[in-house]
Formats: sequence, structure tokens, C-alpha cells
Amino acid sequence: MAINPRAIKTTGYLLEAEGLSVGFGATNIIENLDIQLKRSEILGVVGPSGTGKSVLMRALIGLLPRRAGTIRYFGRDIDKLSLSARRKVERRWGVLFQHGALFSSLTVRENVQVPMREHMKISQSLMDELAELTISMVGLAPNASAKLPSELSGGMIKRAALARALALNPDILFLDEPTSGLDPVGAAEFDELITSLKETLGLSVFMVTHDLGSLYRACTRIAVLGGKKVMVEGELDEILAFDDPWVQSYFHGHRAQTAQIQQAEQNKVHV
Amino acid sequence: MVADVINNGYRMETGDAGLRFKPFGSWIIRNLSEVERALGDFKMPENRLPVVIDLSDIEKIDVAGAWLIHRSAKKFAAANHPITFESVGRGARILLHEVAESDRPAEIPPPKPSTAATLVTDTGKSVISSVGDVRRLVELIGSMAMIGVNMVRRPATLRFTPILYHLEQTGVRAIPIVALICFVIGAIIAQQSIYQLRDFGAEQMAVNFIGIVVLRELGVLLTAIMVAGRSGSAFTAEVGAMKMREEIDAVRTLALDPIEVIIVPRLTALVIAVPLLTFIGDMSAMTAAAIVSFFYGGVPIDLFIERLRDQVELLNFTRGIIKAPFMAIVIGLVAVIEGLQVEGSTDSLGRRTTSSVVKSIFLVIVIDGLFVLYYAMVDG
Repeated sequence: MAINPRAIKTTGYLLEAEGLSVGFGATNIIENLDIQLKRSEILGVVGPSGTGKSVLMRALIGLLPRRAGTIRYFGRDIDKLSLSARRKVERRWGVLFQHGALFSSLTVRENVQVPMREHMKISQSLMDELAELTISMVGLAPNASAKLPSELSGGMIKRAALARALALNPDILFLDEPTSGLDPVGAAEFDELITSLKETLGLSVFMVTHDLGSLYRACTRIAVLGGKKVMVEGELDEILAFDDPWVQSYFHGHRAQTAQIQQAEQNKVHV
Repeated sequence: MVADVINNGYRMETGDAGLRFKPFGSWIIRNLSEVERALGDFKMPENRLPVVIDLSDIEKIDVAGAWLIHRSAKKFAAANHPITFESVGRGARILLHEVAESDRPAEIPPPKPSTAATLVTDTGKSVISSVGDVRRLVELIGSMAMIGVNMVRRPATLRFTPILYHLEQTGVRAIPIVALICFVIGAIIAQQSIYQLRDFGAEQMAVNFIGIVVLRELGVLLTAIMVAGRSGSAFTAEVGAMKMREEIDAVRTLALDPIEVIIVPRLTALVIAVPLLTFIGDMSAMTAAAIVSFFYGGVPIDLFIERLRDQVELLNFTRGIIKAPFMAIVIGLVAVIEGLQVEGSTDSLGRRTTSSVVKSIFLVIVIDGLFVLYYAMVDG
């Protein structure tokens, strides 16, 4: 009986990239990289600056052309899809950019309604209700919906952008440095929000981050980039035991200990 | 029309004990328009029987579908039907809970005032903002004067590198387009005036007309309008983007004066560039006029030059070009003032750039008119 090993491997992965190479000019930023995203997990992607974390994310969502490699979403190779099938796949992921990338001339409510208006044929009143629901779910006050992005604080911009990313009820959520620029309390709240949304909405999250706190609080699996590839991936314990100078100094340095202490204290409070 | 087969909708069953609201199919965001259409013909039963919301026929549900179920439940409750849920799966329960928790009345935007009222308030607003424009202009001119005095006392504060940079951007790079536009306009005016004067056999008189019109009015006006469109818009966009990205605040916190660093070099460059461009434009237009006169009017080139020298006094040229620095200052000031008023959105950047160009072209023409009035009074 012939069993296709690839078929077995693909099951259970929402997103699967194989042999991915992306680069600018003469150099490849990432080369022959493999990465997978499972259902209902929060994958944290970390690594030293310049190892191509954001490049990887942008390549996965098709904003950067790749030089080699295949990307499969929901088990289907995106290169082999027709344009309309591809658009359908694209509607099943939501992206939160580092600086929010809200449309500055639209209010928060209108920002959230942009994808609904483009992709769904529903009445304005239902669209208003759904936008308000999403805005409320990401923890923004009712008076935020009518505000323009320039009137929001940094944390509120992230939440509003998250609401827009969630507008079409995606299966996969891509987050680029979601907690950068937030204070530690705001960052912790944002991590909690992501975790609870993952639970209620059944999201799978691909998170590029620098924030050790997010790795401890939110991520269920971690991938460390280095040397143009995924250097190591696994749960936190496995990463902590990995023998690499950067990993060791990142996870065992002073910052890491602070994050651990914070986490321990938070656990105490919760108990 | 083909009768729609509803795959995703609801059924209403009436039993002895009460009503049964049974959604079926996939109530997910992809099918939302179908579900909404199905719910559109929903009529609230006119009784107070208890309602069971039975989710046993639901295949898939997501947060948008949960919202619609929650909304239907709210409607039943509002019509005094006691409601109970049945066959709610684990996922649906979490979603319904989340949706109920996040449900809150939307903040209702204030009603739009009537057109007549808007007309009145908008008129008022624009009057007030023009007063503000004048105030900002006076402020800016004041601080420029202070900086000017300072510069005369300590010429070292003048920033030569940026001035040269902007001179290249607004001056050198504008030469081709200014020369081209003036050439074309010069040719058109020459052709038209020769055509009209031909009936009197006075083709040569066209030289007087062209010389005065181009050197005194059109050369400088066209140049200024081109500069307003080219450099005025660029200044507004640059200053506006700097304001949006807090670069102007950064300049201020570095103990530098934004007016000195950002505005003075641009304005200085404009004041130098516009008269030079005007001269180039004048020459270009006169060249075109000479060529057209030769081929179309049969006026030899040497006769054209001779008449230009004898009949069109130098005064006409100086009276034209003296306007150039004034127009340059107006273009620069308007551009910078508009740029400094840019707020957070890309929208306002676009609006300010548009209004910068419109205002500066308008003011350039007004200034030209003022000069005409002044000369008319002086000459008596």
C-alpha cells in the first residue's frame, strides 16, 4: 500500500512552508527555511535583529516575493490556486502590522468595516453591529469607534488594528511585534487578549516578537530564527535547554529573569 | 429568477409546549449574507409562548453567526417570550457567551445638521479660518523678520547647503518646464496678435504688444504659477509630512528653530530662483515670438530685435521682474503655513497641499493686479 508521506505530514497544519528562500539583491535573508503552524496554537517567532522575522512573515502573507519554496495554507499550495481561490484563502487570515497601519482618514468603525464592505454583501446595520461587537471584543471603549486613528493612543491603535484583522473572522492571525511600543502592563493585557481570543474564536496565531513576556505568557510554541533558518523550535522548556550563545543570553539574561519573576508573580495572583 | 434553495437559514416550528427556533446549516461569516436574507422575513409571533432555541441542526458556527443567534434571542426576549437554549455545543456556548459579554449599545453618532445649517456654519468656519490664516501669516512674517535681522548681524546662521539644495530643486530643475511653457505661450500670443494686426498692415506693431505683455505680465505670472504648482505643493507636502512624523517637534527639542532650519532656506531659495526663472521664461517667450513673427508675420529677425530695443522700454522688463520676489515670498509662505497645519491623517495632507497650490496661485494673480493698480496710479 502506497502511503504518501507528504500527505501524512500535511495533516493538522494550517500553514506549512517548505524550503523558503527570500532575499534582496545578492543576499538571501532566509534560505531553505521550513516552518509550520498548527491549529489552535500561538507560535512565537523570535531571533536576533536582522534574522528576517518580519521578512518571513511578509513572505508568508505574500507581500514579499520568494525565490524558492512552497507555501501551503489549509493543505493547499498557494501557487497552484487560481486568483479567486487565492483571494478566498487570503480572507481566512488577518494581519496586525507593527504600527497598526489603520487607514488614517477613516474612523475606527469604518476601518473595521472596510474588509466587510469589500467582501460581504450584508446590510449596513448588521455591519455596524458586527463592527461594534468586534471593537468591544478587543477591549476598546464604546466611544473609540467614532474616533480617527490620530486620536488614539498606541495601545488603542493596536487594539483597533486587531479588530480590523478580526473583521472577517480569520482562522490565522499574523501579528508583527504586537506588544512593541506598549508599556509592560499594556503588553501583558494584550497578550491575555490574544490568548483569550484564541480560546473563544479558535484562532491560530503566528506572532513575530521581541517581547520575552509574550513568549512566557502567550506562546504555546516557539521558533528561534538564526543562520537564515529556524535554528530551533519547540515548547519553552526545549528552547531553554538549547545550547546556543544567543538563545542562552536571550532567555537567561537579566531581562529574561525579570520576565520570569513577573510571570511567577502573576501566577500567584491568579491562584 | 431561480427559486433560492436556502442552505443556511432557520426553521420555526410550533408545538404544543411552545415555539422552536431552529437555525440550520453553517452560520459563518462566509454565509452571512444568506443568513441575513433568511432572517429578513422573520416575523415575531404574536403570542407569549416560550421559545426553545435549538442549535442541533447547526453544522458550523462562528462569532458572526453567534451574534445573529444572540440577536434573535434578544428579539424574542424583547417580545416577552421566555427563551431556553437546547443542544448548544461547546464551541457555540463559548461563542454565545463571548458575544453576550461584548454586546453593548453602539454609540449613536449625532444626527447630521441640515444642508442650510451646514452652509451657514461652514461659511462661518471658513471666515474664522481665514482670519486665522492672516494671524499665522503675520506671526510667520514677524519671526522671519527677526531671523532676517539676526542673519544680517551674524551671516554665519544662514545655511548655505540647504539653500543651494533647494535652489537646485526649485530653480535649476524647473528651467525646462518654465522655458517650454513660456515658449508655447509666447508663440501663441505672437500668432494671435499678428493675425489681428495684419488687417491694418501693421504686423511689425505686434512686437510692441508682445514685448509689453510678455515682459511685464505674462512671463512672471506663468513662472510664478508654475513654481506654485511645482515647488509650493512640494514644500507643503514636505513640511506636512515632517509635522505628521513629529520631525518638527524633534527639531525644536534639539534647541533649533524650525523656522530657521526648515522655512528660511526654502524661502531664500525661492526668492532667488523665481526672478531667475522669470528671466529665462521672458527670453524663451521672446525667442518664440521672434520665430513666429519671422515665419508667420514675415518680420525679419533683425527688425524684430530693433523694434524690441526701440519701442519696448527697459522699464517694462524691470516692472515685470520686480514682482517675482514678492510672488516667491507669497508662494513660500502659503506653502509653509499650509504644511504646518497638517494633522494626523493622510487626508489632511492631501487637502492642505491642494489648498496651498490654489491659494498661492490666487494670491500671485492678486499681487499682479495690485502692481498694475500701483503703476497706473504712479504713471497718472
